[in-house]
Amino acid sequence: MKSFIGKRAIASGVSLVVLIVIVFFLSRLTGDPTDLYLPLDATTEMRQQFREINGFNDPLIVQFGRYVSDLVQGNFGQSLRQARPAMDVVLEAFVWTFWLAVITMALVTVAAIIIGSLAAFRVGGVFDRIATFFSLIGAAAPDFWLAIVAIVIFAVKLHVLPTSGTGSVWHWVLPVGVLFIRPFGLILQVVRGSMISVLSSAYVKTARAKGVRSTSIIFVHGLRNAMLPVITVIGDQSAAILNGAVVVETVFGFPGIGKLMIDSILLRDFAVVLAVIMVSALAIFIMNLLIDLAYALLDPRIRY
Amino acid sequence: MVEHLLEVRDLSVEFHTAVGTVRAVQNVSWHLDRGETLAILGESGSGKSVSASAIMNLIDMPPGKITSGTILLDGRDMLKMTPEERRLINGAKIAMIFQDPLAHLNPVYTVGWQITEMMTTHGQTGGGANVRALELLRRVGITDPEKAMRKYPFQFSGGQRQRLMIAMAIACKPDILIADEPTTALDVTVQAQVLELLQELQQETGMGMLLITHDLGVVAEIADRVVVMNSGCIVETGNAAEVYRDPQNAYTKKLIAAAPGKGAMPEERSRQGDPLLHGVGLKKSYGSFQALKGVDFFIMPGETVAVVGESGSGKSTLARAIVRLDDPQEGQVLYRGKDLLAMTPKEMFGLRRDLQMVFQDPTQSLNPRMTVYQLISEAWVIHSDILPKAKWKDRVSELLVKVGLKPDMAERYPHQFSGGQRQRIAIARALAMEPKLIICDEAVSALDVSIQAQVIALLEGLRREFGLSYLFIAHDLPVVRDFADRVIVMKAGEIVEEGPVRQIFDAPVHPYTQALLAASLDPDPDVQATRRAARRRQEGLVPA
Repeated sequence: MKSFIGKRAIASGVSLVVLIVIVFFLSRLTGDPTDLYLPLDATTEMRQQFREINGFNDPLIVQFGRYVSDLVQGNFGQSLRQARPAMDVVLEAFVWTFWLAVITMALVTVAAIIIGSLAAFRVGGVFDRIATFFSLIGAAAPDFWLAIVAIVIFAVKLHVLPTSGTGSVWHWVLPVGVLFIRPFGLILQVVRGSMISVLSSAYVKTARAKGVRSTSIIFVHGLRNAMLPVITVIGDQSAAILNGAVVVETVFGFPGIGKLMIDSILLRDFAVVLAVIMVSALAIFIMNLLIDLAYALLDPRIRY
Repeated sequence: MVEHLLEVRDLSVEFHTAVGTVRAVQNVSWHLDRGETLAILGESGSGKSVSASAIMNLIDMPPGKITSGTILLDGRDMLKMTPEERRLINGAKIAMIFQDPLAHLNPVYTVGWQITEMMTTHGQTGGGANVRALELLRRVGITDPEKAMRKYPFQFSGGQRQRLMIAMAIACKPDILIADEPTTALDVTVQAQVLELLQELQQETGMGMLLITHDLGVVAEIADRVVVMNSGCIVETGNAAEVYRDPQNAYTKKLIAAAPGKGAMPEERSRQGDPLLHGVGLKKSYGSFQALKGVDFFIMPGETVAVVGESGSGKSTLARAIVRLDDPQEGQVLYRGKDLLAMTPKEMFGLRRDLQMVFQDPTQSLNPRMTVYQLISEAWVIHSDILPKAKWKDRVSELLVKVGLKPDMAERYPHQFSGGQRQRIAIARALAMEPKLIICDEAVSALDVSIQAQVIALLEGLRREFGLSYLFIAHDLPVVRDFADRVIVMKAGEIVEEGPVRQIFDAPVHPYTQALLAASLDPDPDVQATRRAARRRQEGLVPA
């Protein structure tokens, strides 16, 4: 088990290094940040000085060497825009996104599992048809559109929820609600499909022959077996939100990592872009590890 | 009127499917009393399991529908009970065990949990259920019950798993035990042990036992009365021994006649010339598990050599080694004097057509998206020198006729055929290569007895016509007795005995061969009764 985690960590570390190299050079290709930060009427000397301070005058390879040597000392560089350590900026945003992902995915998981399982119990029944109809609509709905429509209805017309920003519990409702819909539709379909095949399995027949109650057949005998493919999708969807629900965060002005990423790219805030990527990569690594551990926890036949 | 423990009267069940209504059983009536064993005997599709499913409320409605009949348990009609009443009967009064215990035990829960669940479902406390579960595991012969409670089904062998199923089934001391093909997936020696366990438990508890089987040998061993079913109807009922001795119905007669292991054994052939295939010192390991521990064998031209042994004996590994599906680590396979294992892929390609394989399950070995014509003619696409394209169509028709199918079936897909027909297609495909040797890996094991007899007759005919050799891998001794010239008995990766079929069956030397033969079931109830008595005597003399 420890060696499994170790091997995974090494493999992920290697990909992270490759990623950093690629992003470092690619981001420099977007151009010189100087023009974006200094006023239009700044003098050539001022521009030169700005480049000097931030080291943009050195050859790229020297800049990269400096970045790497700072990195191994735990220094992720300065944010040009906010003039403070890039990692501080990123972690602050990450906390917001983290809670957004946790709350959304917790709600999605509980709702999709319960509704998907019940739909699978009577395939083709009224409940199944309603659940399938709405989940397919949910899985297909584009989130930028949903976000705007939600603002129009709940904020502009009904005045019950704030349009954007943070500050109260109510500010979370629309972002969570909009982010909820697509993974919910998707995971519900996976739960339903997985559950249908599990419920027609031989061991469920045994459980019926034992006289086990229907609720117990679904949620004890069936669910644990049906969860393996479901967990993969849950992990996938969680990772997607953790990496920044770019559209939803932007539309709702939510100070998460997705919005930070877009802003930093647009403003060529290189240190922040790189720090965002490192944090996201680490989050994905941990997420995948958790999925693998959940596999082993659910199915005794899987051991690492 | 006498009240039976369980009585099925006039039961009819239909299934509404996309292709139309299937009448699974029609007007079936039978009864079961305390302490007796009733066998329902039938081939696949005969509807032999349907009445049991109806009793256990396992028929999904829709697509199923019970169109007529009553099922009386102690005089009460189960079909008029509420679902909750039915649920409380399942497990407590009527328990059931199934064919494939690995698939029928929940893979993700411990054995202890699954057994105690049976009891807690029917109102026992957790602590009491735990004590009883330990007692049950001990009773069904599981060693170290405390440890077994914490293990998962995949950590047991097939026979042990069936014992676990039995322990679970008898946990609430049911009045009736339904056993649906309880030993079909098990090795012969394990089958004998499991059947004996069931008989002992029945004597201890006095429960009525309903046994669903396709195997005349199992009926002969364990049943008091038998119900013979064919295409949804009961064709004959009666005392098991009487039905075997004096069958009234034409179908029953056919079924008994088709039972293998009664014909004359072939005379030993004189051995002349060089062997067609000669294996020397074959060794194969998977990790620390030695599947083949140095196996030597030979096959003469035109000879049928059977390899028998139980699961894990290495017989399939041997077959795969010969055709190089899975190369052994040591040894030689000499085909007409040349070592196949030392050949380059190109040299091997030329010889592939001489060595063909027919697998156990034609549903899996035939590509479902190819027509019969494509399946058979693929041989000539790969080996283009066999036949010019213009003659393919005629040759496919010819081969289909040869294996007992019709030429106009060439455009159909595998799923449109029955199991026996599919195996014929697989044989036709092997024949298309014009092979010298066909390796049959359990090629008739999955087939019904009457179909089995036909396929064996087909293989025998082809041998005479083309001088084919067969390596016939099987666990079923009676079939081997009818078909093979020579028998190789394998155990744990080694050949323990080898000889002409008469010698192996009439005068086996190795104790393992003797045990295999003693455990194999004869379709004749009288023969089985004699063997049973002998076994009891022996056990009486040598206490465990």
